[in-house]
Amino acid sequence: MTHFSARSLLKNALSGHKDWPAQWPESQPKAEYDVVIVGAGGHGLGAAYYLASQHGITNVAVIDKGWLGGGNTGRNTTIIRSNYLYDESARLYDHALDLWDNLSQELNYNVMYSRRGVMMLAHSVHDEQSFQRHIHSNRLNGVDNCWLTPAEAKAFCPPLDITARRRFPVVGAALQRRAGTARHDAVAWGYARGAAARGVDIIQNCPVTAIRRGPDGAVTGVETAKGFIRAKKVAVSAAGSTSVVLQSAGLRMPLESYPLQALVSEPVKPCFPCVVMSNTVHAYISQSDKGELVIGSGTDQYVSYSQRGGLPLIEHTVAAICEVFPMFRRMRMLRKWGGIVDVTPDRSPILGKLPVKGLYVNCGWGTGGFKATPGAGHLLAWTVAKDEPHPINAPFTLERFTTGRLIDEAAAAAVAH
Amino acid sequence: MTAFRIPGKGRIDHARPVRFTFDGRVVEGRAGDTVASALLANGIHLMGRSFKYHRPRGAVTAGSEEPNALIRTARGRGRAEPNTRATMQEIHESLAAESQNRWPALAFDVGAINDGLYMLFSAGFYYKTFMWPRSFWDRVYEPLIRRAAGLGRAPTDPDPDLYASRNLHCDVLVVGGGPAGLAAALAAARTGAEVVLVDEQAEIGGTLLSEPHLVIDGQPAWDWLAAALAELGAMPNVRLMPRTTAIGYYHQNMVGLCQRLTDHLADPPADAPRERLWRVRAGQVVLAQGAIEKPLVFDGNDRPGVMLSGAAQTFLHRFGVRVGRRAVVVTTHDSAWHTAFDLAAAGVRIAAIVDLRPGVDGALTARAAALGIEGLTGHTVTDTRGRLRVSGVRVNPVADGRVGPGRIVPCDALLMCGGWTPSLHLFSHTRGTLAWDEASGAFLPDRKTEACQIAGAGRGLWGVAAALEDGAKAGAEAAAAIGRATAPGTFAVQGDRPGTGLVVRELPTDADPGRAKAFVDFQNDVTAKDIRLAVREGMRSIEHVKRYTTTGMATDQGKLSNINGLMIAADALDRPAPEVGLTTFRPPYTPTSFGALAGYRRDGHFEVTRKTPIDPWAEAQGAVFEPVALWRRARYFPRPGEDMDAAVARECRAVRTGVGMFDASTLGKIEVVGPDAVTFLERMYTNPWAKLGVGRCRYGLLLGEDGFIRDDGVIGRLAPDRFHVTTTTGGAARVLSVMEDYLQTEWPDLDVWLTSTSEQWAVVAVQGPKARALLAPFVQGLDLSEAAFPHMSVAECTVAGFPARLFRVSFTGELGFEVNVPARHGRALWETLWQAGQAHGIAAYGTEAMHLLRAEKGFIIVGQDTDGTVTPQDAGLSWAIGKAKPDFVGKRSLVRPDIVAPGRKQLVGLLTEDPDVVLEEGAQIVADPRQPVPMRMIGHVTSSYRSGALGRSIALALVEGGHGRMGETLHVPMPGKTHAVRVTGVTFYDPEGARLKGEEVPA
Ligand SMILES: Cc1cc2nc3c(=O)[nH]c(=O)nc-3n(C[C@H](O)[C@H](O)[C@H](O)COP(=O)(O)OP(=O)(O)OC[C@H]3O[C@@H](n4cnc5c(N)ncnc54)[C@H](O)[C@@H]3O)c2cc1C
Repeated sequence: MTHFSARSLLKNALSGHKDWPAQWPESQPKAEYDVVIVGAGGHGLGAAYYLASQHGITNVAVIDKGWLGGGNTGRNTTIIRSNYLYDESARLYDHALDLWDNLSQELNYNVMYSRRGVMMLAHSVHDEQSFQRHIHSNRLNGVDNCWLTPAEAKAFCPPLDITARRRFPVVGAALQRRAGTARHDAVAWGYARGAAARGVDIIQNCPVTAIRRGPDGAVTGVETAKGFIRAKKVAVSAAGSTSVVLQSAGLRMPLESYPLQALVSEPVKPCFPCVVMSNTVHAYISQSDKGELVIGSGTDQYVSYSQRGGLPLIEHTVAAICEVFPMFRRMRMLRKWGGIVDVTPDRSPILGKLPVKGLYVNCGWGTGGFKATPGAGHLLAWTVAKDEPHPINAPFTLERFTTGRLIDEAAAAAVAH
Repeated sequence: MTAFRIPGKGRIDHARPVRFTFDGRVVEGRAGDTVASALLANGIHLMGRSFKYHRPRGAVTAGSEEPNALIRTARGRGRAEPNTRATMQEIHESLAAESQNRWPALAFDVGAINDGLYMLFSAGFYYKTFMWPRSFWDRVYEPLIRRAAGLGRAPTDPDPDLYASRNLHCDVLVVGGGPAGLAAALAAARTGAEVVLVDEQAEIGGTLLSEPHLVIDGQPAWDWLAAALAELGAMPNVRLMPRTTAIGYYHQNMVGLCQRLTDHLADPPADAPRERLWRVRAGQVVLAQGAIEKPLVFDGNDRPGVMLSGAAQTFLHRFGVRVGRRAVVVTTHDSAWHTAFDLAAAGVRIAAIVDLRPGVDGALTARAAALGIEGLTGHTVTDTRGRLRVSGVRVNPVADGRVGPGRIVPCDALLMCGGWTPSLHLFSHTRGTLAWDEASGAFLPDRKTEACQIAGAGRGLWGVAAALEDGAKAGAEAAAAIGRATAPGTFAVQGDRPGTGLVVRELPTDADPGRAKAFVDFQNDVTAKDIRLAVREGMRSIEHVKRYTTTGMATDQGKLSNINGLMIAADALDRPAPEVGLTTFRPPYTPTSFGALAGYRRDGHFEVTRKTPIDPWAEAQGAVFEPVALWRRARYFPRPGEDMDAAVARECRAVRTGVGMFDASTLGKIEVVGPDAVTFLERMYTNPWAKLGVGRCRYGLLLGEDGFIRDDGVIGRLAPDRFHVTTTTGGAARVLSVMEDYLQTEWPDLDVWLTSTSEQWAVVAVQGPKARALLAPFVQGLDLSEAAFPHMSVAECTVAGFPARLFRVSFTGELGFEVNVPARHGRALWETLWQAGQAHGIAAYGTEAMHLLRAEKGFIIVGQDTDGTVTPQDAGLSWAIGKAKPDFVGKRSLVRPDIVAPGRKQLVGLLTEDPDVVLEEGAQIVADPRQPVPMRMIGHVTSSYRSGALGRSIALALVEGGHGRMGETLHVPMPGKTHAVRVTGVTFYDPEGARLKGEEVPA
């Protein structure tokens, strides 16, 4: 692996950039691996990287049906924050945040983690109650989150319209300063490069068609477009397709897959310093380093595997953004797209062992798992390596949906009375 | 007349000069000009700067695919937008245009220093550096990168313009008004089908606008076009829409259109929308979008003055503009030869036609020779000269793959043509597949997923005759598909210019290609070497190449760059192009304003505020409102000098000691009717309903399948088969859809109808010991006495002369009634009772007092005291569960191990040690306040108020094992201070319920 730095960049510039090696080779599958990871998203690649770097397990394959990072990892709006309500979630996402802090240096790949602050707008007494509950809980959990008055919110994000005449006036905001964004592709590529350098095979364009189990019920390997691959441990990290993949192992997952859409504007000079989210109007916005306004919406109304998406939700989302930021009406939408997100009944992930020997899962991140990428990869690697969950992901079992011990972050955002 | 304008030529109005400004300088054009054509008429090629290297750039196209000539357009405050294509913006007298991404000036831009550091800023350079020292990313590197990036400046003032939207159904939607689209529209329209023809240009006509020499059916092209448009325009079943872009092609033949209505007008009518979004559902769609010319990739192919040959052709014929005095043409396709001939005929000196192909159609070379043009077949271009405008081009012979010595040919315009790419973006939105066609060297439509036809150049056909025939056939097929069969017409075309070409990657060069500035994506400054570098670094998927280099991600969305990028990547990968494939095209076809997408949904129309019939009265009384879901509700009614606390205290006092009135109209209401209505409610709600008598009502609790409380409300039985169900204000729509969901998918056998009646009833709550005294005189047909109409009764009667459903219910703990009357009578009923209530010292109370009064009684508010993780047991509502019922939604979940396990959070009351401390709602509760962070939290405060009736603060909270902690002291750590609290039951006021009876009305 060539070390990336200003010096190596300069050196290669002088020699016409002819000497850069491939960041990861094009691997073909071997007959057997110690661990097979299904899904080369940020989470799957991260898990491979940490298996190799922290647990010394390098005979690992990450298999993807398409190009690595082409799932939700490469489609998301990259909001990173950890001010979740429940102790379990706060610990999970804060763990990821700690890893984000040093990720560029750890991977020697600039993932552009930008601590620009994530601000969530409150538009009603009810929002305020809910945010205060988060803030108080975060404070006692040692998680950064604070309440801003409308004037303070405007000072933090000057384009914000805080006049009372708005349909949904801003009555305050919750701000996590440590939160921000990162460059999604770089996260996938950085992990891929790091994992490949440590011996992991990354196998692209190779759909996993079934998980095979032996007579004792334990996992024996995966059936793929490039043939059967033996492995005693298989970790599925396939986001919106997880339920389909696991069905072949005889497991019915409590997941629903929904299209989630996002869009960017044409690029403009810096005009938006932070990330702003409004759950009431269902929209969130930030500006990429390239200058595009990055805007996301809520999930489509109906379950689907189609990434096409429709116009109505986009119309609503853009209307919502213009309502909060009326000066953006003359900006233009450059591109919109969708991803398929896997949603659990309590909107929290499932990360751990499955009731099949040798089978592990990381899924259910729904609309918000990019922020967890380093954490999820790290915890999945731990769980696979030790065949038991790390204390941080221990509560995020599949069994909780049977026993009723839900971690309901959606409920925490609560229903309006 | 300016130097480059040809008198009398083109479709502009030579008699109407139009002045606008460009970078502050007045420029004169003609009515019908675009900014680009007007600037070119004045000899101005330099129009912008590129994204990364700030290279000087001019218009490379004449259409919406323009990547370079992006300008800021403005006309007064709030009406400015960045990144407008100079090639699309029509000029008018109020237009102020400005170049972008340059400082201090377009001709001298400090940012161009990046161009010198070109080798450093290779693809993906930012992933490899800016990592040390770590803290510099946020404070130094990222701000620098952000400032360098971006093109124009975002608007800073709110946009005063209006935007509209409409829905439309039609039989045939034709996208593109060139020869193929016109022929399709004519064929379909003549069958009587409802036809819509859209074109993004100001004028419909497509290629015909720049090929006036053609003769179609004996008429000069422009006469034929005028006749075709006149025929279509006269048909009542046809809608012609110029300046309208089909932006996206969605499921089931839904196409989004954006129509631009005022950006071309100097003085638009004040009430006209700027743009209109159309949602068209078409029986059939004909895609006749034509083809987009491909640039050639060679060192210096981006200088101002280098443009596509088709663009020069358009500027010449449509706008009467010569793009230079002395031009060189470089091509791999026949079409550019014709451009050269046309330009020569218009007085442009053609210094050379450079064609990479060794063998070119003899008719073309002969014609060139006859015109005295040097035809350099088997030649390549290896470099260009000039900074702010091309001044020369280096031309070299190529033989057997070897590039010979070059010579400089001076010129002030270089016209390039690398062939044509069928425009299949919309087709790709449908996930229709493309297949590589070796013959035409292009991707052509393959498998369709929607009811559409592709016609003309869009499916690789070349020439106007072929386009007309094909369009007519597509139009006829579309008509036939909707049951209107017809025979496609035929056309006689003279002067057609069919041609062929060669698909190439970079042009061959004798220089080091690793250092060449041979641009593939102009705007994003992606060069061929960047693409090869990406492949070298392991980016083997075209999607990776795109993302690593940003090729195809500029505002033209790869319209010019995708195929060149693919060919180069395929070469670097040593794989055939079709195997490498294209990236997915994403909507919109061209960038679309947020305003058009948002449409009418702004300000008051964004999410229309729901108001009750009594709302105007409250407003007149000076009520302070709060939003609750989409409703606005009166929160309190301050009298002069009162703050919220004082007003609420007074309102509560009135209810506790006399009588108060409350507008409860926002409550959700669902009429549940049918022979199986009672069975249905038995299954939906936790409570038993079978034995509820007619004329009685009951508190109902609705759970999710997970066993957690979702909604609640009083349900009254009006007849054996008829129930009046109430829900929370915010839950109304959700409850109805959950009910419908169960009815339609789980229990389709039940004979039940559900009707939302939330807005049909106005509801006035009359609460307080004097409620009966106030109400009784107005009630006819009902005895209100305690014995005849006890607590939890419901009856139909007349109140103040209005037909009413009267409920005897209480959310305050006092004697209470809720009067439902048809919404149109709500205000009159309210005012009648208000008048009469004056004698009883009545007060109107708002939601804040309502919250406080119910909290004193320990009644929950779903969504405040519950959060979707609370079971009936947790909330102390086990009594609301029908123990004998075989099933109800959520029942099974209530016996899950973790639901019955000890330590669940349960609803309790809290009394602060200091009675004056009002806890903050949302504050967290701990058992041991002295522990370090992270603390172990055991609950949180859900409701908290200062209670007038109790003379102290009260609170409700969810606390772990709360029901077993009565009397325990717990702690609420706040910044700076920790409050001690005692755990109590939830009912603070009148625990025996004695007050529900109120005062009897003296007989
Ligand atoms: C529009 C949008 C916006 C979002 N915004 C945010 C945000 O702002 N913040 C945030 O934190 N999160 C956000 N998310 C969610 C976030 O993107 C995901 O939670 C996260 O990226 C999931 O990462 P992953 O690695 O688990 O999944 P993915 O990146 O989707 O990876 C799963 C991989 O599995 C592969 N796969 C599937 N089936 C098979 C098979 N049978 N065989 C082989 N491979 C297979 C897929 O090709 C894919 O590459 C957003 C998501 C979307 C769609």
